[in-house]
Amino acid sequence: MIEIKIQKELFGTRENTHLSLDINISIQKGEFVALSGASGTGKTTLLNILAGLQDADGSIKVDGEQWLEKNKSLAPQKRSIGFMFQDYALFDNMSLLENLLFVKKDQDLALRLLKMTGLEALQSRYPKTLSGGQKQRLSLCRSIMSQPKLLLLDEPLSALDPEMRTQLQEEILALHKEFGTTTIMVSHDPSEIYKLASRVLVLNKGKITQDGEPKEVLLQTKGSQKFSFRGELLELKKVDIIYLAVVAIGQQLVEIVLSYEESKDLQVGEKVAISTKAFSPTLTHI
Amino acid sequence: MLEPFILSFKLASITVAILFLIALPLAWYLSQTRSKLKPFIEAITALPIVLPPSVLGFYILVALSQNSPIGAFFKDTFDISLVFNFTSLVIASCFYSLPFMVQPLQSGFESLNKNMINASYLAGKGKVETVFRVALPNIKPALLTAIIITFAHTVGEFGVVLMVGGSIPGETKVASVAIYEMVETMDYASAHIYSAIMILISFAVLLSVYTFNAKHKKKFGL
Repeated sequence: MIEIKIQKELFGTRENTHLSLDINISIQKGEFVALSGASGTGKTTLLNILAGLQDADGSIKVDGEQWLEKNKSLAPQKRSIGFMFQDYALFDNMSLLENLLFVKKDQDLALRLLKMTGLEALQSRYPKTLSGGQKQRLSLCRSIMSQPKLLLLDEPLSALDPEMRTQLQEEILALHKEFGTTTIMVSHDPSEIYKLASRVLVLNKGKITQDGEPKEVLLQTKGSQKFSFRGELLELKKVDIIYLAVVAIGQQLVEIVLSYEESKDLQVGEKVAISTKAFSPTLTHI
Repeated sequence: MLEPFILSFKLASITVAILFLIALPLAWYLSQTRSKLKPFIEAITALPIVLPPSVLGFYILVALSQNSPIGAFFKDTFDISLVFNFTSLVIASCFYSLPFMVQPLQSGFESLNKNMINASYLAGKGKVETVFRVALPNIKPALLTAIIITFAHTVGEFGVVLMVGGSIPGETKVASVAIYEMVETMDYASAHIYSAIMILISFAVLLSVYTFNAKHKKKFGL
């Protein structure tokens, strides 16, 4: 059980934005929490505070152990934390294997993790010679190496191609289950969150605005809608008496037929939702 | 004939060893602190770069002479004189070369990814272990630069040495002072030989630093 109740001034990435982080949540042992939200809303700051790398007001209590209370902060060394940094932060002077052994002298576990992530053959190489995806995998291994109470993953899979991503998602899940670690993962990828997390927190301007199961938070269909996608309107052209709209949904482009009535309020470049109630798609503002 | 050179290198080696012990914690502190005192400490550390060696030499002389509390203390308690001997050269060199040790180390530490240091802390390692096993090995070029430049700078110093140590053969007459005296006494032949040796040694030292740095970059795929 992790109880977090903290406040901290945030110096926004945008000018003149005086935000403050104000979090009050508790997380069950073994839970897999996804942390989502726009950049600059304090996600990384929250992870840093949990790890003891930044100070904050308030309290953090983990399994009855006080990590933070008034003016007293447990040193990062004494918190059982695995942290996968967004910039990997590998030890460049050590080989891949040494990177893991530096955290914990457990050769068997280190080799197992390297094998699991397909890095076994590279174990005596140095991090600077790795590709972005390989670095990310090594960084993940290192964060798990100490078998921490709390695993913090800051966008752990962003540099990977879809195939490796899927593979690692399964590995993260397997490791999470095997070690019974409580995990907090920053992610923007709904499918990733859906697959891995048992709970989603959406952070907006330093506050948690949504908290629930991935299904509740992520599913966008409302009422009688059968499906609903968000996209960007790329083009709107008149063909005879109808209108054709080209909409980008993720990496995919679709063409939708609209009447004049439906098309007159739409503007190219705006965000739209595509949904259907029966089998005729409709296009509406969101 | 080689005595002034041996003396110069002995002085430089001892200075490097002492300064490394002093500058390492200082450079680490400066690289990590957010204290308001930081600019003051940095300015004081950098003073020897801008001050004329005579100013530095003069104050060191005043501070260490038997008329000062420090000099008197050492004279009364240990019966050691702190001026015009080898000890005084070491003390003066440590002041004079301090910035050359601190600054490369500090900028090396500052260039490190902060999260690399954090990762070491989260792996349960304390500050000392982090400095020696993570920070220093990752700034090897800066470390080598600091040591070599400090060494070379100490070998090359002249003004401070002359003021604090004078020119006692085998005690304070280092190579640069020896060359100065040869020129003064119009012994140009010896001055040429000594100067040529100085140039060769200095070039060899610098060449080895730059070669090492190039190799180091290659090895770690930078």
